[in-house]
Amino acid sequence: MNFIIGAFKPACHISITFSDAKSRKQVPLKKENGQTIMVPLFQSQENITGKISVEPISGKKVEHNGIKVELLGQIEMYFDKGNFYDFTSLVRELDVPGEIYERKTFPFEFSTVEMPYETYNGVNVRLRYVLKVTISRGYAGSITEYQDFVVRNYSPPPSINNSIKMEVGIEDCLHIEFEYNKSKYHLKDVILGKIYFLLVRIKIKNMDLEIRRRESTGSGPNTHVETETLAKFELMDGAPVRGESIPIRLFLSPYELTPTYRNINNKFSVKYYLNLVLVDEEDRRYFKQQEITMYRLGETS
Amino acid sequence: MIADGVEDEEKWLSAGIAGLQQNAFYMHRALDSNNLKDALKYSAQMLSELRTSRLSPHKYYELYMRAFDELRKLELFFKEETSRGCSIVELYELVQHAGNILPRLYLLCTVGSVYIKSKEAPAKDVLKDLVEMCRGIQHPLRGLFLRSYLSQVSRDKLPDIGSEYEGDADTVMDAVEFVLQNFTEMNKLWVRMQHQGPNREKEKREKERSELRDLVGKNLHVLSQIEGVDLEMYKKIVLPRVLEQVVNCKDELAQYYLMDCIIQVFPDEYHLQTLETLLNACPQLQPSVDVKTVLARLMERLSNYAASGAEVKAFAKLNNAIGKVIEAQDNMPIAGVVTLYASLLTFTLQVHPDRLDYIDQILGACVKKLSGKEKLDDRQATKQIVALLSAPLEKYKDIDTALKLSNYPRVMEYLNARTNKEMANVIIQNIMKNKTCISTAEKVDALFELIKGLIRDLDEDLHDELDEEDFKEEQNSVARLIQMLHSDDPEEMSKIIHTVRKHILTGGRQRLPFTVPPLIFSSLKLVRRLEGQDESVSGNDASTTPKKIFQIVTQIIESLSSIPVPELALGLYLQCAEAANDCDLEPVAYEFFTQAYILYEEEITDSKSQVTCIHLIIGTLQRMHVFGVENRDALTHKATGYSAKLLKKPDQCRAVYACSHLFWLDEHDRIRDGERVLLCLKRALRIANAVQQMANATRGSGGSVVLFIEILNKYLYFYEKGVSQITVESIQDLIELIRSEMNGENAPSDPAADAFLASTLRYIQFQKEKRWCSGGEI
Repeated sequence: MNFIIGAFKPACHISITFSDAKSRKQVPLKKENGQTIMVPLFQSQENITGKISVEPISGKKVEHNGIKVELLGQIEMYFDKGNFYDFTSLVRELDVPGEIYERKTFPFEFSTVEMPYETYNGVNVRLRYVLKVTISRGYAGSITEYQDFVVRNYSPPPSINNSIKMEVGIEDCLHIEFEYNKSKYHLKDVILGKIYFLLVRIKIKNMDLEIRRRESTGSGPNTHVETETLAKFELMDGAPVRGESIPIRLFLSPYELTPTYRNINNKFSVKYYLNLVLVDEEDRRYFKQQEITMYRLGETS
Repeated sequence: MIADGVEDEEKWLSAGIAGLQQNAFYMHRALDSNNLKDALKYSAQMLSELRTSRLSPHKYYELYMRAFDELRKLELFFKEETSRGCSIVELYELVQHAGNILPRLYLLCTVGSVYIKSKEAPAKDVLKDLVEMCRGIQHPLRGLFLRSYLSQVSRDKLPDIGSEYEGDADTVMDAVEFVLQNFTEMNKLWVRMQHQGPNREKEKREKERSELRDLVGKNLHVLSQIEGVDLEMYKKIVLPRVLEQVVNCKDELAQYYLMDCIIQVFPDEYHLQTLETLLNACPQLQPSVDVKTVLARLMERLSNYAASGAEVKAFAKLNNAIGKVIEAQDNMPIAGVVTLYASLLTFTLQVHPDRLDYIDQILGACVKKLSGKEKLDDRQATKQIVALLSAPLEKYKDIDTALKLSNYPRVMEYLNARTNKEMANVIIQNIMKNKTCISTAEKVDALFELIKGLIRDLDEDLHDELDEEDFKEEQNSVARLIQMLHSDDPEEMSKIIHTVRKHILTGGRQRLPFTVPPLIFSSLKLVRRLEGQDESVSGNDASTTPKKIFQIVTQIIESLSSIPVPELALGLYLQCAEAANDCDLEPVAYEFFTQAYILYEEEITDSKSQVTCIHLIIGTLQRMHVFGVENRDALTHKATGYSAKLLKKPDQCRAVYACSHLFWLDEHDRIRDGERVLLCLKRALRIANAVQQMANATRGSGGSVVLFIEILNKYLYFYEKGVSQITVESIQDLIELIRSEMNGENAPSDPAADAFLASTLRYIQFQKEKRWCSGGEI
């Protein structure tokens, strides 16, 4: 009886704790099952240290062929679910093959870990970082335990940050000039700008500014693009006349944005666009899309 | 279809209110539990109801007011939040996360109000931000209400002089700048409204726009309330900026309303000091703008200001501006031009009543504008000209002044015949009302020149369409006017009479019967005045003597002969005869009587007129004392002769017994001929008898005894006068005769005759008793 139960229950309990767990910032992370859990936040080049304790179920011994901890950076494509591509894989051996009779604790350390990519949960792709503890056993199969953590990388303000200024129009119908104050925005930034109407011959109903995220996965002919509208922000109500200038002020903080990711490990890219949409009284849409670069500004606190 | 529209609108409104109330309910709950996040969410949803395009301004206003009330609660909540430690800057950002612009901006204005109050940022920065952000609403109706909300919440927070929001960084200039900008944007939205929607609903839209005008005008009111807007700032900044917007918007409705608004909200003193700027804008307005009313109201204000004691020197500027407006508005109807001048005239009369030259100048300008055109036929314009010409009359209450204005008659030249008449009537009414006496021949001449529309036919065609009643009315007023022409100096008066005669003789047969009599009476009045004077004082060299006047009078009456109105002429001759009688001019009097008799014999053929005339003749002749026996005999003889020859017997009878008076004059010993009195009465009795017999013969019944009773009364009269030929017996016989006639078989019942007799008998009885009482013999 005991034997049978033992076969379905893990033979031991593994816990992973970070050494600075109390002081480290925790951020929410959405799991595959839809639950959101709080996990520690790291950035590239940080030391990831902690302890792993293995505690056999009372009165049992755990026979093993060695214990190791891996730090994995993985990319998972949803069309290829369950198949992880590890772009980072570091291993630390914790114990030589042997037997564990009672709770045993192993410290571990990955120092100045290179984690160039950020944790990302997209529509078709996921990038995650995880600590994986493996107790290798022969016939009984290995025992593994995972601990997710989130990586975010900060950038300094860009040295060059030009405004986006453009005149667009449909001949004899609509001519506008718009200006966004920057081309690169940090995640809590404010988009300022204005739209200047040079010619209006259509009856405009309203004008929105949209923030669109374009996620492309795969490469070559297998490239798959998914676009989401993250923000739809009404800029103008009613029909302007020639000469009107409409202000733009869009706070980015309410929206769940990430930095722009360009060609992450040749697997995917995430880009952001500002889409200016004018809708006329017949519900025809006139729009102009401009890419903006998003970056994560280092918190100066 | 329209009814449906109204019904639908009601439905939409109530749906809007319901939505608003529901979200307001959740918002209240959030406010009560200090839940900022929910408060923002539900308030934004509540405000989303204002995004509707389906309501007319009127209904939208209703919805807006409800939202407004709710926003006051929210504002209070925001204020509490900040005192609970929530950063106002954060709050200011937070409300801007709302995705829909209209709710976002209402919330922004609401927080902005708290922001300014907190003084964490200069008021001007917040105001500037708010007024800029509101540009996002380009829909006219929604934009107007949003900006009106902004104006409302910011009114008490402007960095005005003496306001708590005034500081180093905030000056009154910022307050002015803010209001001006909001005003400009609102006006643009308002003007734009007319181009929205289908063309066929244009009229409806203009009406709706008109309903919204006060939202725009309110800004000007706010400007006028800013303490810091002194004359200097008004002159340099406020007025030029407002006018720039007014002129540039090129919209009739807006320009008219806003010009009026400027005039009404800012102080008189400012207008006076900036008159040129304000007036310069007028010619730049759209040609369809009713500038004349705008200017009229400005002038009205200035003249009231002047009336309050201020010194207003504005004539030249106004005159100049009006000239420019007329020049600019090329196709301004002449009515408009005249209206403008009329209001300038009103202004001038009020402010510079002593400057007749100004007034003449205005009239001159009018003449210039009217010249080269046909006579006015535009009703509106003529109405205005009448107003223009009436104004000085009303002001000075004296036609004399108007007669001094050289351009006055020149303006009248341009009136058509009808209006000319109307104006002439106005002039006469004015003279009547003010009892103005026109006392020189020269003025009379000018006056008649002015009112020539009434004096003679100016337009041949017109006469046909003229209403008889109206014509009589007009001519009666001319007659009244003639009575007002008077000079105490007989020489001058005589000249006046000559002048009037000259004018009225041009009037033609229709008018003479009305105009001749008053002139005759006026002349006779002069005669009586001269008669009172000592002959020696007036002297021989005096050219005005009763004789001379009688000569003119004769000529004037003769002019009636062509019409002919013999009854009237006869009456006038008799009047003249009486006047001559009073002057002791026997030959003249005799001549007048002769003329009257000739008319009677030759012209008066109608038997009814004859009766009237003969009584007139008898009455007048009875009063004449100037005649010697011979003349008198001749005239009385003729009169009795005429009497006996009347057609109807009863008329004969009455005329004959009236003749009895010609032989007995109380005040004249010479004329007391009892025999002939009795003769007349007997003759009358005979005729009465004949009447009775004729009645018997033709109708088989006795005629009325009224004639007998009338004769009885004559008997009684002469008996009392002491005519010895009339005896008590003859009276008693007559009474008997009457009684037997009345009781005769064929006598018809005649209650009136019965009563007449009864009262006559009662009178006799009374006289008897009186005599007895006074102790005399019976």
